[in-house]
Amino acid sequence: MPIRVETVQRIDDAARIVTSSRLARVFGGGTLLMRDVNEADPSIETLIIINDPALKEIRSEGDRIVVGAGVTMAQILASRELAFLAAAARVIGGPAVRSAATIGGNLFAPPPYGEVATALLALGATVQLAGAGAPMPIEDFLRERGPGRVVRSISVPRLADPNGLRFRKVTRVKPKGAPVMSIAILLPQAGGREIRVAYGNMGPTPVRARAVERALEGQKLDALGIARALAVATEGLSPPTDSLASTWYRREVAPVHLRRLLLGEA
Amino acid sequence: MSRKPVQFTLNGVEKAAFVDDGQNLLDVLRRGVGDLTPKYGCGQGTCGACTVIVDGEPRLACLTLAELVNGRRVETTGGLAQGAALHPLQDAFMRNFAAQCGYCTPGMLMAAKALLDRNPRPTREDVIEAIGGNICRCTGYEPIITAVLEAAGGPARQGTGRAP
Repeated sequence: MPIRVETVQRIDDAARIVTSSRLARVFGGGTLLMRDVNEADPSIETLIIINDPALKEIRSEGDRIVVGAGVTMAQILASRELAFLAAAARVIGGPAVRSAATIGGNLFAPPPYGEVATALLALGATVQLAGAGAPMPIEDFLRERGPGRVVRSISVPRLADPNGLRFRKVTRVKPKGAPVMSIAILLPQAGGREIRVAYGNMGPTPVRARAVERALEGQKLDALGIARALAVATEGLSPPTDSLASTWYRREVAPVHLRRLLLGEA
Repeated sequence: MSRKPVQFTLNGVEKAAFVDDGQNLLDVLRRGVGDLTPKYGCGQGTCGACTVIVDGEPRLACLTLAELVNGRRVETTGGLAQGAALHPLQDAFMRNFAAQCGYCTPGMLMAAKALLDRNPRPTREDVIEAIGGNICRCTGYEPIITAVLEAAGGPARQGTGRAP
């Protein structure tokens, strides 16, 4: 079946098309979707290009920042107010990928990809879909993600400290390679005790490490304070075996990388 | 399937072509307008051999939907040399043996040009980052990094210019 490309002016028009056809896909930056198009993937019949300028907006909303789904990694890296997302955006491909790949597309990235989605999960982002519904927590979005959804924007808390989000991508190939895993940690914000920890490529979607979060609550981030968290580094998770690493290997190295990130080691 | 007219400038020259729905830019450059300098490597965005510059930004032509370059500025390696005079990057690649089999070279050159257009005095680390999405199986990268730094008139202060 040859591909058809439809261009629409409004996000809601795209939503109407994807709900009526399971073979329609929203075209963001194309860095994932064009691979399938190039291989004539029969599950894709229609590509939808959305020309809505709202998709490219980065705007403040109270203590949060709303990022349009079509904002690219390069735009995130150029944005001073999104400096806390830079560490995650920088590890996406090379510069030629980052000038195309979008934040909205990353939410749909299958393993081993999705590093920015992992960072957004740790941040407690919310996802605004097309239509009038309320924004949904990113956990809920990831649980049910699929091509039938059109993302309008992603809302993230404005971090006062650009280093408030720690991020690490673990690769065997330097400087660029697909991640064995990635880890994102949102440090407790002023006055709070809550710490949020998310892993990428340790399950079918980015996942929170709840056992680690519980073990870290109220603890000092030193060797003693994090010991219990490291012991439960992969508790409740089912890391995959893929061409990059086995389940066993991922469980073995997760505490090592978690420790380095928590202690701020290289 | 429908065919759509697309107009863009290729290395400063106006081009027009008909593109199929879903056709990628690499295919249109090579088969549509006859510029064979961008190479087809993987078709997946993994190797960087098809790197071109669109409106000043490096892009992978194999992952770019051709119809989206309508009205835009596309640069390829085909536009680097001015007559017999090589571009400084090409010259530096030649002098430093930065091309061996040569298949990655057009992509490397465009990735390097995209860097130097924005940052004329990069550090060694900047160069490594800029060509991070381009795979070379021959050179081991060192001659390429050296060539890019040489074309820029030497590394900026933070870089050592040597292997770490």
